[in-house]
Amino acid sequence: MITIENVTKRYGAFTAVDDVSFVAQPGRVTGFLGPNGAGKSTSMRIMVGLTPADRGTATIGGIAYRDIPNPGRHVGVLLDASAQHAGRRGREVLALGAQLMGLPERRVDEMLELVGLNEAESKRRLKNYSLGMRQRLGIAHALLGDPSVLILDEPANGLDPAGIRWMRGLLAHFAGRGGTVLLSSHLLHEVEMIADDMVLIGRGKIVAQGTKEELLRGKGSYVAALDPAALVQALQSAGIASKPSGNGLHTEAETVDVGRAAAAAGVVLTELRGADGAGLEDLFLQLTSDDQRDVLIEGATA
Amino acid sequence: MTTTSPAADPRVQFADTSRVSLSTLVQVEMRKMVDTRAGMWLLIIIGVVTAAIVVIFSLVADRNDRTFMNFMSITGSPQGFLLPVLGILLITQEWGQRTGMVTFTLEPHRGRVLWSKVIAAVLFGLAAVVVAMIVAALATLVCGGDDPWTTLGLDDVGKFALLQVSGVIGGMAFGLLFLNSAAAIVVSYVLPTAFTIVSSLWHWLNKIQAWVDLGTSQGPLFDSDNLTGKEWAQLGTSTLLWVVIPFAIGMWRVLRAEVK
Repeated sequence: MITIENVTKRYGAFTAVDDVSFVAQPGRVTGFLGPNGAGKSTSMRIMVGLTPADRGTATIGGIAYRDIPNPGRHVGVLLDASAQHAGRRGREVLALGAQLMGLPERRVDEMLELVGLNEAESKRRLKNYSLGMRQRLGIAHALLGDPSVLILDEPANGLDPAGIRWMRGLLAHFAGRGGTVLLSSHLLHEVEMIADDMVLIGRGKIVAQGTKEELLRGKGSYVAALDPAALVQALQSAGIASKPSGNGLHTEAETVDVGRAAAAAGVVLTELRGADGAGLEDLFLQLTSDDQRDVLIEGATA
Repeated sequence: MTTTSPAADPRVQFADTSRVSLSTLVQVEMRKMVDTRAGMWLLIIIGVVTAAIVVIFSLVADRNDRTFMNFMSITGSPQGFLLPVLGILLITQEWGQRTGMVTFTLEPHRGRVLWSKVIAAVLFGLAAVVVAMIVAALATLVCGGDDPWTTLGLDDVGKFALLQVSGVIGGMAFGLLFLNSAAAIVVSYVLPTAFTIVSSLWHWLNKIQAWVDLGTSQGPLFDSDNLTGKEWAQLGTSTLLWVVIPFAIGMWRVLRAEVK
């Protein structure tokens, strides 16, 4: 379990991480979602002690990362797959890690096989690795010490769709055995595919968190009736605001309240369901457009 | 959301492991110096240059000068030039290649990592001295002059080792100070040399040169005579200025810095 409490990090006048609190639970994959520059990487560096926080605490399994004896055996960390010596061979990167953690050499072979790097690839120097291969090597490095907690910063970056599917299976299996996984991404779709829980961050602040189902369910409901005018009337008299959406209406009320209002007025419904996860996507796009001008320009010309 | 005590998370069994031993850290640091082309070539060059200078010396020196001590001393200059680079690379590769993110995650006590690098650097420095001695001994056997072993004393070897070890640690100090190979290499060569020139020209500094200029105070280490108390003191103050203080400032900075 990873517990972050009231963590704040400032760089001069800029607040990179602003009073962030959340918990990544064991047995679940927690997606840490936000646009580039939202504070994900800074938060993750704070968790493992690479960046000192100005305020707040980050603990793993109840203690500070630096107090964990031989932390590689408990916490697998991948913060930047490209942060490796360009002149070192892939296999050697893992062998160094294994030696430091006190693991047998065969562990290196097991991990290479697990992430699908063959012998020829493992003998190449890092400068000849594609980003996807670096990510695989980085994931192998994170898993070397058979940890119970994984902290992965943008692990899907550079992986092809098959690679992303492979990683999803790997992480689901890891969480299924009781492990804690925290992974960051700037792509909602990616996190949606992999995560059980989600934490949304924008401009250093947590803007939403919960299970994927909770967050994707969205607010309000969608309703359609045989007689749309009568439905509007019925909702109005029940004090429920509505606006046209497709062939029906979108309301801010829960489905049960909409159904009750329709029944009271004797309106025949043809459709009634909870609204789609558009709310989360809207929220995320809003976060993104606040921070990224190019998205606005793209939107204007599209 | 509630905070949970450590006992509430049975999946994390921290008691299973003990912290990484210093000897493991030292072994890993030494391995990191030889498992890249840059590091390996530096070590090979140190070895080759050491051998080459001895061969050249044995060809050009007078018969009487071909003693073991002279053979060994002649390796002092090229080694003294290259060993600081080794010290610098031991530190700066973690920043230049950004491997520090992995290194300081696997051992979050950065001081332990840095001290293990110091030990690794000292071991490399001593290994260079041993190589110099072996090459010098071979040269002495092959083409030594009359009675070539007479001037040999353990204290001379000690002084030689002291010189090389302080050189490699001096390199680390500049590496820590700049965290950038190019800047550290340039400054660690240019600054002391410039200082030597300035202090020999500027009258006020000239008077205290031996106390503050490492190049001057290390001079007696090359002589076969023993250092006087005053010379030891001068070596101490200049080493403090050029090795210990930069090292302490660099260490202080690295222990607090953000690793990205």
